[in-house]
Amino acid sequence: MSSGVSSALPTDEASAIELRNVEIAFRLADRSEYRAVRDIDLSVAPGEFVTIVGPTGCGKSTILNAVAGLVAVRGNVRVFGAPLAGLNTRAGYLFQQDALMPWKTALANVAVALEPAGVPVVEARDKARLWLQRVGLANFLDRYPHQLSGGQRKRVALAQTLIRDPEILLMDEPFGPLDAQTRTLMGDLLLSLWSADRKAVLFVTHDLDEAISLADRVLVMSAGPAARIIAEHRIDLPRPRASTDIRLEPRFHALQRAIWADLRDEVMRAYDNAKAGPE
Amino acid sequence: MSRLNLLLLQIAIAAAIILVWYIGSSVPIGGTCLLPKFFFSTPVDVLARIEKMFANASIWRHIYITLTETALAFFIGSGLGIVIGFWFARKPYVAAVLDPYVKAANALPRVVLAPIFVLWFGLGIWSKVALGVTLVFFIVFFNVYQGVKEVNPVILANARMLGMKDRQLMRHVYWPAALSWMFSSLHTAVGFALVGAVVGEYLGSAAGLGYLIQEAEGVFDVAGVFAGMIVLAIVVLVVDWLVTLLENRLLAWRPRAAERI
Repeated sequence: MSSGVSSALPTDEASAIELRNVEIAFRLADRSEYRAVRDIDLSVAPGEFVTIVGPTGCGKSTILNAVAGLVAVRGNVRVFGAPLAGLNTRAGYLFQQDALMPWKTALANVAVALEPAGVPVVEARDKARLWLQRVGLANFLDRYPHQLSGGQRKRVALAQTLIRDPEILLMDEPFGPLDAQTRTLMGDLLLSLWSADRKAVLFVTHDLDEAISLADRVLVMSAGPAARIIAEHRIDLPRPRASTDIRLEPRFHALQRAIWADLRDEVMRAYDNAKAGPE
Repeated sequence: MSRLNLLLLQIAIAAAIILVWYIGSSVPIGGTCLLPKFFFSTPVDVLARIEKMFANASIWRHIYITLTETALAFFIGSGLGIVIGFWFARKPYVAAVLDPYVKAANALPRVVLAPIFVLWFGLGIWSKVALGVTLVFFIVFFNVYQGVKEVNPVILANARMLGMKDRQLMRHVYWPAALSWMFSSLHTAVGFALVGAVVGEYLGSAAGLGYLIQEAEGVFDVAGVFAGMIVLAIVVLVVDWLVTLLENRLLAWRPRAAERI
């Protein structure tokens, strides 16, 4: 078994994402400080798919926001070896909530992602059409977000993020609000798109099965506040994977048991904290 | 409920009101009418008066002038509201400093300003436009201010992660968000522009529907007053219908509130 706690792996080439000794704190309304996460050391190699699992409210999303450059941190954040200043322009971010512009059609939402790069409108629309086709929405180009289902909106958001061809993908429970079947389908879609040009992915989820079936490596976080990474598991399941099949493999269950052993106590602790009082 | 039924019911209500009015004003009960002709006129007289207005075409000039004032008040008031709404939303410090002045100005009954506007801008259309602007401005201003200030932070963060800079954020996020708030108050804004125009005319002018009504009142011509009010009501309905058409075009992207039964 290759699972177990280990230090973040050192690599010769610069990691796509590297966090060293990162702490993220917020100032609350009563001027006290809330420490969301501490002592975060993690790295994601180019082409590597890393998932973070942890109990609710442990600060998983906060870490993604730090890598995206959306929140200020104490410590070191490096992107391809360079310290991160301001927004992370090399990353695409798929949010948990709906983030499409509701006043734009699916096609316009995807095409507009190319505008900052200065791509001419006609070309952007052609590419957007192609991407919507890839995510299976060729017949929904002119729909507004409210006319699409939750799963379809996620597909549009995925196309919107991927059309810019970012070197890093940050995903914050992107399929969380979807039903179980749709979530599995979206996971497979994501893997098939990812395997075409292996970007570095940092994927946050609370769903252990999802975390294992997608990842090369799973990081486990402790319950908040002041959460940290408490375990790391290498997922040695062969690729390409189909998540419905892989979930039947004995190796999958062994990994699931091992990770759950680390996660269980934290989930209980988070649950007790939540019962004890408001977060 | 089908559209036809709806329309029939709506017409029935008008018919009932006119019938009660007709009986009250024309059929003597015990020697006197319930609704004396001097105070209430009769539907027949009012209809005859409206017919005359359209027959000699004098009414068109008044409608034209009132609608011109309405349109000018709407566009100028909206323009100012959008610009200043954006400014306040993007510069919270400015908004905080000017807050009490905005509140005071908004709470002031605009009718008291009308005579001042007549002094400043004369008896022509511009004093009415000014009155309408003071009404329209605040509606649009508050909506745009709110719209820009409360842009969904996730949509904003997503747009920034897509690489959008200030100008693109303005065009693709802030501006549509503000416009959607503004359009949602389109009926109110256009309505108030019309109110400003008519009240302005009523208080002092030489043309327009408000003038027509005021002139009739001055000589106790009740039929004239009612005729003017009915024409005004029809104009309002037509304008409102046009606004609805426009709104459906502009807000096509928005989910409809659960369709009426």
